[in-house]
Amino acid sequence: MSGRSNEAPETGPFYPRDRLWHPPALTPAYKTTVLRSPQRAPISFSNTMSEMTGPVFGPNIIGELDNDLIHNFAKPGESAQGPRIIVHGRVLDERGRPVPGVLIEFWQANAAGRYRHKKDGYLAPLDPNFGGCGRALSGEDGSYAFRTIKPGAYPWPNGVNDWRPAHIHFAIFGSGFAQRLITQMYFEGDPLIKLDPMTGGLSDRRAVEQLIAPLDMARTIPMDATAYKFDIVLRGRRSTMFENRLEGN
Amino acid sequence: MPQALDTLKETPSQTAGPYVHIGLMPNFVGIHGAHAEDLGGRMLNDKAKGQRIAIEGHVFDGTGEPLRDCVIEIWQADAAGLYPSPSETRGTADPNFAGWGRAAADPQSGLYRFETIKPGRVPFPDGRLQGPHVSLWIVARGINLGLNTRMYFSDEAEANAADPILLRIEHRTRVPTLIGTRTGDSYRFDIHLQGPDETVFFDI
Ligand SMILES: [Fe+3]
Repeated sequence: MSGRSNEAPETGPFYPRDRLWHPPALTPAYKTTVLRSPQRAPISFSNTMSEMTGPVFGPNIIGELDNDLIHNFAKPGESAQGPRIIVHGRVLDERGRPVPGVLIEFWQANAAGRYRHKKDGYLAPLDPNFGGCGRALSGEDGSYAFRTIKPGAYPWPNGVNDWRPAHIHFAIFGSGFAQRLITQMYFEGDPLIKLDPMTGGLSDRRAVEQLIAPLDMARTIPMDATAYKFDIVLRGRRSTMFENRLEGN
Repeated sequence: MPQALDTLKETPSQTAGPYVHIGLMPNFVGIHGAHAEDLGGRMLNDKAKGQRIAIEGHVFDGTGEPLRDCVIEIWQADAAGLYPSPSETRGTADPNFAGWGRAAADPQSGLYRFETIKPGRVPFPDGRLQGPHVSLWIVARGINLGLNTRMYFSDEAEANAADPILLRIEHRTRVPTLIGTRTGDSYRFDIHLQGPDETVFFDI
């Protein structure tokens, strides 16, 4: 169970998702979407318990090194290679309230831009001490943090010369299944962002900016690691008596 | 200018990409040691109440080719229709059933499979009972925003006929895209991303 025992659990329906803020299903510049994008309008309905509830994960599933990608796959006494960084931020809802007890899973390429995955054939080397996965649980104030190495940019087969900007993938659980979200964090100042077909699917420039983590000197560790701040916003939910009026009453 | 509303925008979605397994099921792709076991691989233990079933199928792209790189999560009520969640206010769900599972398509065949129990019925907000169903969330390379759908059960024709969400589907010929077909204790649920049999997806 999450650490919200002192608070009444939120039980209300979620605010509708602003689908125009997200990339549309079909973004032809990202070619794989052409055959994988549903073409009919999704059908909307009021949230039921099936959407308002979701799995809850407790601190017991989090291992000691889960938030340390520099060491969670490394041999004893060794560490992953590359620029060391701290990634930290808060999980908030659309009302700006912290969301505690949120499981965040993240994965990334190594410093050379190569994933530890048999489908990744990029010629950059694997780092024997880097697995590329980790997870964290948000605290009472919604905060989370992990340590890793800065991933490298990598080429991908889309156009003949497309490169993904450096990024970290995030998968986030909220308190309800309808909040489930996968996204990517990019790094401030990366010139590849503006050429990227994936962020290019976002129609509002502010949506792209919401995915770019700024360098955060206040959280760096001198002589060790720089830091980037990445806040995550999940869908908000109605929770007061006024807002919980049952449909049809 | 009136005061500003202090609302934030939801973080925009981005595709899970081809290497989603590294983050969600590292052991499945041979990354051992980081996490003892992949989350969501076991939904129940021997003491869980309810009828044991399997749900399996493929996710097909617009050419009819199965996706071999997708990950699917399911979320469902227990045999009594209760969810193991702090938002569940109607009772306490079966502690031996997780309600949530995660599976990757087989890298060769594209088949996905869940071993679970048949869920009980859950009310719609107005009190009418919904047909028993499993909620699904599908992510993969080429899917920009995770897809939400539901599977209902072919042997629940009467409950399905009264289900408020199935009733809402204007094009009745599309309803069968949401019904898993039973063979023994197994239900087949194929998902079509495009084409004449395109699965009904939901904006929840
Ligand atoms: Fe990537």
